[in-house]
Amino acid sequence: MKTWLLILSLLVPSAAFAAGGSSVPLDDANIDLTDNASLQRGAKLFMNYCFGCHSTQYQRYERVATDIGIPLDLMQENLIFTGAKIGELMENSVDDEQAAKWFGATPPDLTLVARVRGVDWIYTYLRTFYVDETRPFGVNNVVFPSVGMPHVLEELQGIPTKKYETRLIDGEEKLVFTGEIEVDGSGEMSTDEYDQAVRDITNFLAYSAEPIALERQRLGYWVLGFLFILLILSYFLKKEFWRDVH
Amino acid sequence: MKGLMDWIEARLPFMEAMNKHVIQYPAPKNFNFWYFFGSLAMLVLVNQIVTGIWLTMNYVPSGEGAFASIEYIMRDVDYGWLLRYMHSTGASAFFVVVYLHMFRGMMYGSYQKPRELLWLFGMLIFLVLMAEAFMGYLLPWGQMSFWGAQVIISLFGAIPWIGDDLTLWIRGDYVISGATLNRFFALHVIALPLVLVVLVFLHILALHEVGSNNPEGIDIKKPKGSVPEGEKSPFKFHARYDKYDIVDAVPFHPYYTVKDIMGVAGFLILFCYVIFFAPEMGGYFLEKPNFEAANPLKTPEHIAPVWYFTSFYAILRAIPHKLMGVVGMGAAIVVLFLLPWLDRCKVKSVKYRSIWHKLNLTQFVICFIILGILGAIPATPGRTLLAQITTFGYFAFFALLWFYSKNEKCKPVPERISK
Repeated sequence: MKTWLLILSLLVPSAAFAAGGSSVPLDDANIDLTDNASLQRGAKLFMNYCFGCHSTQYQRYERVATDIGIPLDLMQENLIFTGAKIGELMENSVDDEQAAKWFGATPPDLTLVARVRGVDWIYTYLRTFYVDETRPFGVNNVVFPSVGMPHVLEELQGIPTKKYETRLIDGEEKLVFTGEIEVDGSGEMSTDEYDQAVRDITNFLAYSAEPIALERQRLGYWVLGFLFILLILSYFLKKEFWRDVH
Repeated sequence: MKGLMDWIEARLPFMEAMNKHVIQYPAPKNFNFWYFFGSLAMLVLVNQIVTGIWLTMNYVPSGEGAFASIEYIMRDVDYGWLLRYMHSTGASAFFVVVYLHMFRGMMYGSYQKPRELLWLFGMLIFLVLMAEAFMGYLLPWGQMSFWGAQVIISLFGAIPWIGDDLTLWIRGDYVISGATLNRFFALHVIALPLVLVVLVFLHILALHEVGSNNPEGIDIKKPKGSVPEGEKSPFKFHARYDKYDIVDAVPFHPYYTVKDIMGVAGFLILFCYVIFFAPEMGGYFLEKPNFEAANPLKTPEHIAPVWYFTSFYAILRAIPHKLMGVVGMGAAIVVLFLLPWLDRCKVKSVKYRSIWHKLNLTQFVICFIILGILGAIPATPGRTLLAQITTFGYFAFFALLWFYSKNEKCKPVPERISK
C-alpha cells in the first residue's frame, strides 16, 4: 500500500511547482460545460463579436452545432457569416498580413486558447479592459498589458476605467490601482449580466479547446469500473495460483 | 492439431523456446512490488507502437500540416482523441516505469556480476528511449515542440570545431523547420522503434542467460548436488537448468504471468485515470504552450523540457559554462553505464549492505528528484545554487560508491532466500 501511494505521489505533480501563469490574480471563471444554454449564448456572442478577426479553424460548424444543441438550419442561417458550408472548418476571411498591419499582430486563432491560457485567464481578460488614451485603440488590459486588441465588447460593458484609491505609502499619499474596474453605465448590460456574458464566451472557448472533454470523462468511469473489477479478479487469481508456494 | 504442432516444432522449435523462456523458466519466488515494472515497460512499449501506427495514419509530417493534423485527429477521427492521449500519456508512463525499473536495479544490485551486459542493454534502451521521446515531442509542432528542440539541438553547437556544422546536419536547415520535422518523423516512427525492439529483445535474452536477481540478491542456482533432495524447488524447469540445483524458484508461467496481470490491472487504473480525467496532467504530460502552433518569431516566456528530461536539464543549467554543461549532462548518463564497475561490493541487495550505502542511495534519489523539480521551473540564483549542490550529490553517489564498496562492511547474506 505504501509503495502504491509512493507511485501515486510520483504521478501527481504537486501544485507547489506548477509553473507559468499570469502575475495578476485571476478570477474564477466557474464555467459549466454541461450547460448548453450557456454554450449557445457563448457561441452567439463569439460569432458576433470575436469571429470577425479570430478564427477557430480547427473545428467545424456542424460539430459545434451538434455538440451544443443548435439545430443545423439555425446554425447555417444565423451563425455562419462567411458563406461557408456547415461541414467546413470555422475559418474567417481576414487577411493575416493586413490584420497584422491593423493591430500590430495577427489576431490568433482561438480554437485552443482555453488550453493555452486557461479559462480563468480568458474570463478575467475580457473583464479587465480599461481606458488608456496612450494606446492606439484607447484601451489597455490588466492581464494583457499593451494588448493590440480593441475592447470589442464595450457596447455591452460600457466604458471601463481603472478604480484608484488614495493610500498612505512611505509617508506619502499615493493613488493606487485597487485591482477593480469601474464602468460608466453606458453599456447595454449590468455588471452581473456582463460577467455572465463573458462566462458564456469562456465556456464556449473551453468547449472548443476540447470538444470531447465530457464524453472522455463519461467513458472514463466505465473504463475505471471495468479495471477495478479486473484488479480484484486478478488478485484472487494470483492468490489461488500462489497458494501452494511457500 | 498435434500433427501440425509437431510438424512446426521439427522445423521451428517454438514450444522449446516457450518452455525455455516462459513456461519452464525459473524465477525467484520472492519478487516484490518493484518487479512489476519490467513487464509494465513492455506493455507501454506495445501501447506506444500500436497507438503510434494508428496516429501515423492521419498525422501529416510537414511544417504546414502537422499541428492541424493533430487537431484533426483530436476532433474528426473516430476515437482519435483516445489514441492521441494513450500515446502522449504512454510517453510519460514509459519514463515512470523505466525510472522505477532502473531504481529497482540499483536497490538490489541487479547490475552486478554476472548481469553487467544486461544492465548495459538496459542503459542503451534508456538512451534510445530518450532520443525517441525527444523526436516524438517535435511532431505536434507546437510552441514547446519547436522551442524545446531549438534549445536541445543548439547544445550540440557547444562542441568545439564541429559544433555549428553538426547542428546544421542534425536540423537539415539553418533553423528548425519542416526539414527537421520530416527527418525526426522518420526516425521516430521507424528507425528508433526498430532499434528499441531489438534492444528489448537482447535485454531479455541477456536476462534469461544469467537469470533474474531478486530482492535478497541471493542466487537461486546452486551447484549440482549441494542441496538435499527435499529442499530443491519442486517444479519442473527447462533441461538447460539440470546442471544446477534450483532452489526457491517458481516457473515464470503461470506464477508470474498471473501476478503480472494483477500488476497490469493496477497500472492501467492509474494510466487510464490520466487518459480520461487528466490528459494534460496539470501541464506536465502535455505542456500548455504546445497547444499553440509553432511560431519561430515568438519565444515562449519559459522553455522547459517535458518532466522526464528535467533532471538532466537541471544539471546542464547548473553548470555555468555551456560546453561543460553539455559534458556534465552527458556524464550524468554515461556514469550510469559504468555502475557495474563502480560498485565493487560483492553483496547485491541494499538489504544486506552498509548504512553508508543506504544513505548514499537515498541522497542520490533525493538529488535526482530535486533536480527534476528544478529543471521544470525558471532558474533563480537560489535555485541554481540548489541545482549545483544536487548535481554534486548526483555525481558524489558514484564517486563515494567506488571508494567504500571495495571494503564495505555488509551484513552476512543468508545462504537461501527462505527456508
